[in-house]
Parts: sequence; C-alpha cells; structure tokens
Amino acid sequence: MIVIDDIIKRFGSLRALSGVSLTFSRGQCVALLGPNGSGKTTLIKSILGMVVPDSGTINFNGQSISDKWAYREKLGYMPQIGRYPENMTITNVINMMKDIRKDHKIKLDEELIESFGLNNMLQKKMRTLSGGTTQKVSASLAFLFNPDVLILDEPTAGLDPLASEVLKQKILKEKQNGKVIIITSHVLSELDDLITEVVYMQEGSLIFHKKLAALKEETGEEKLSNAITKIMKANHHA
Amino acid sequence: MHKIFKYVVLDIVQNKIVLIYTLLLLVISLSIFNLEDNSAKGLVSLLNIILIIIPLICIIFSTIYIYNSSEFIELLVSQPVKRKTIWLSIFAGLSSSLSFAFFVGAGIPILIYHADATGIMMITTGLFLTVVFVSIAMLAASKTRDKAKGIGLSILLWLYFSLIFDALVLFFLFQFQDYPLERIMVFMSFLNPIDLSRIQILLQMDISALMGYTGAVFREFFGTNMGVLISFIGLSCWIVVPLMISLKTFNKKDL
Repeated sequence: MIVIDDIIKRFGSLRALSGVSLTFSRGQCVALLGPNGSGKTTLIKSILGMVVPDSGTINFNGQSISDKWAYREKLGYMPQIGRYPENMTITNVINMMKDIRKDHKIKLDEELIESFGLNNMLQKKMRTLSGGTTQKVSASLAFLFNPDVLILDEPTAGLDPLASEVLKQKILKEKQNGKVIIITSHVLSELDDLITEVVYMQEGSLIFHKKLAALKEETGEEKLSNAITKIMKANHHA
Repeated sequence: MHKIFKYVVLDIVQNKIVLIYTLLLLVISLSIFNLEDNSAKGLVSLLNIILIIIPLICIIFSTIYIYNSSEFIELLVSQPVKRKTIWLSIFAGLSSSLSFAFFVGAGIPILIYHADATGIMMITTGLFLTVVFVSIAMLAASKTRDKAKGIGLSILLWLYFSLIFDALVLFFLFQFQDYPLERIMVFMSFLNPIDLSRIQILLQMDISALMGYTGAVFREFFGTNMGVLISFIGLSCWIVVPLMISLKTFNKKDL
C-alpha cells in the first residue's frame, strides 16, 4: 500500500534519512523503532508530505505522492506534539476538520471522542488544555475520518494509563479492520500485543524490517523490549 | 479554497487588531478633513500619512499573523488540502480584511469629503499598496523560519521602501546631476511601489508643476492613460511576483 524507495533527506549538513526503502501493506501493524534522532519522525512526515525528501520516491496505492494531496484523505495522523490554533475550542477544531474534509462521503468515527470523555470539555480552548488532553484530541482527529492508514507518532506519551488502554483497544480494533497502522513508541512493553512487524532505524538508515515473530525467534527473547535491547546493545558495541 | 479562507478571515476578525487599524484610519482621516477647511489640502496631508501607515501596518501585521498561524498551517498540511490552497487562502484572507479596513477607515471619509478623480485614485492606490505589502510579508515569512528574523526582515523591507530607497535615489541624482536622468527616474520609480503610488496621486492633484522638469517628464509619461495603465501593471507585478516566489518556497518547505 505504501512503498518507500530510497529516500534521502538532509537538514543542512545533517543526514536525517540516508536512503531508506520500505514497504507497508494492508493489515500490517508496524512498530517504527530506533534511538532518538534516528529519523523516525522525518520518515513519517515524508509519508504525510510535510517534509519533502531530497531524492527518492514514495508511492501510495501505486501513485507517487510528490505534489499530490488527495491521497491524504486516506491517512490519519497523530503527531508527537500536536499543535493547534490556540484560540479555538475543541469543538472548533473538530468542526473545522470535519468541514475541510466533509465533501467526501465517509462515515465519521467519533468513538474516541466519546471514550476519552472529551465531550465534557468541548468548549475549552486549545491553549488551556494539558499535554495529555491535547494528545487525546490528536488521537480523536486521527481516527475521526476512518482512514485506511493510521500513522501514530508516540501515541501514548503523555496519556494516563486509562486513556492509554482506551487507545490501545482502539488500535487493536482498527488493525482487525485491515488497516495499515504505523506506530513509533519508546514504550516497548505496550507494543507487544499490538504489532505484527518491526522496523528498526538508526542514524537515518534502515537496520531491519522483520516480522515480530521472526525477530523473537532470532533473538530468543519472549518480549519485544528484551529483543530490542539486545539489538541496541549489539549495535552499540559494534 | 473558500473554506480555509473563511477560517482565516474569522480568525483575523477575532484578533481585533484589524478593527483597531480601521478605527485608527477613520480617526486620522476624519480629523484631517475636519481640520483643513480645504478638502484638497486635507487630501495631501492624508496622502503622506497613508503612504507611511499602510505599508507599515500591512507588512508587520501580516508577517506576525503568518508566524502565529504556524500551528494552523501545520494542522492543515497533513490533511487532504493542497499547500497552494492553504497559502493562497491566507493571502486572500489577509489582503481582503486589510483592504476592507482601509476602505472603511480611509476610503469612506475620502468619498464623503473629496469624491473626485484624485480621491478615487487615492483609494485605488491605497488598496493596491495594502495587497502589495501583504504579498511582500508573505515572501519575508516564507523565506525565514525564525520569527524574530522574519519580523526584523519585514521592518527592514518597510524602511527600505519608505526611506532608504528615496535616499539612494537622491544620492544617485546628486552623483550624476550633470546627466539627463529624468527618463531613468521614470524607470526607477517602478522599483518602489510606494513611489509609484505617490506619483500617481500627485499627478492627479495637478501639483506636478511644483516638481520642475522631472515633474514635466513624469507628467508626460504617467499622465497619459497608457502611463496610468502601465503603472498599475507595475503595482500588480509587485503583488504577483513576491506572492509566486513565496508560494514556490512554501510548496517545498519542511514543516
């Protein structure tokens, strides 16, 4: 569904992505892992068209995304740090997004707004919200338009355990609906029962892309967190 | 397009600065027209104030507004919306609300006190200047990522067009005063939208005789219908070129 071919991105002299190629298909739930500054967010933003790669191509359903915009109808994105117009209330933001995307006959999915309890604070301004509540809004917006692909950048960072669990259940449900889900997270323990594939990046390069089961088998570990720690340590010493 | 435009205008209206700008213009123009017993004199005083205030307010407000909308822009860029639509909507929202402010604040008093060709020329060039400086602000804001740098650049650009450019022209004139420079001056006035507007209005006021031989050459060129047309084409270029460059930059910008 998404084919990334040899993309390179430099920020000044820093190579954020040096020739990454990846393929994501339907029904996959991919964990994008790697140390801080390994290029995960840049990769995600390239798929979203927020960052324009210096070279290489990204295809979405067989079509190159460069200078395209309509493909984003099929994307839901939850940013690491959601930034919203400060003077708007939660309702304003949600209604604005609905308004901007509404010509397209999609069944809206308001489940998360409800289960996060955002209904009780719809009139609050974005400026006054705590980090966690802002994350809830971001998550609700990502799922709202029932997209085929969900891209979640550190989805549970800042969420309380209860909200985290709600989001996890929602991700599991959407995975069963055959969506592509791409998650970056540093909380490895909670990824175990969510994901099917692991992509590991370091310093802008792809180290490996494997099925979770294969990875566990290779490292001989039962838990994802142990398997990844083993790899990180091995890489560190190498 | 119109949806994002609507949100931009709503946001600017809620901001209240544009409202204050309208009232400020209204107070200035009404008091000038009431102080002078001759409305033509009032128009000349108003001209100088307008040529300073409009570019200043338009370029500074627009630059700050664009930086403050960075969240809004970021939110929209990840949605199924063309980048071009986002950028042009912001441009359209800023220029229409600032033009409306100018029309209410200065245009209506001019129409009440001095509704002749000169007055109408002044309103037209005022509207053009408003849009020109919004467009230049879009360029300044698209080229620099840092907010303080961007606003600093805008202030410098305003200083350049309002003061420095004229100083450079004077310097140039004195250095080459032995040569006939009148025709070159006509060309040079196209390099500054504020000068272009000033000349158009002064020629309408029939006081070009005060400008000596250069005034006569200006009259010969700008006084004709062709000259008026060409100078408005010049002003339009000042809108289109910075806007297009900024759009190109924005299309490739990483957010």
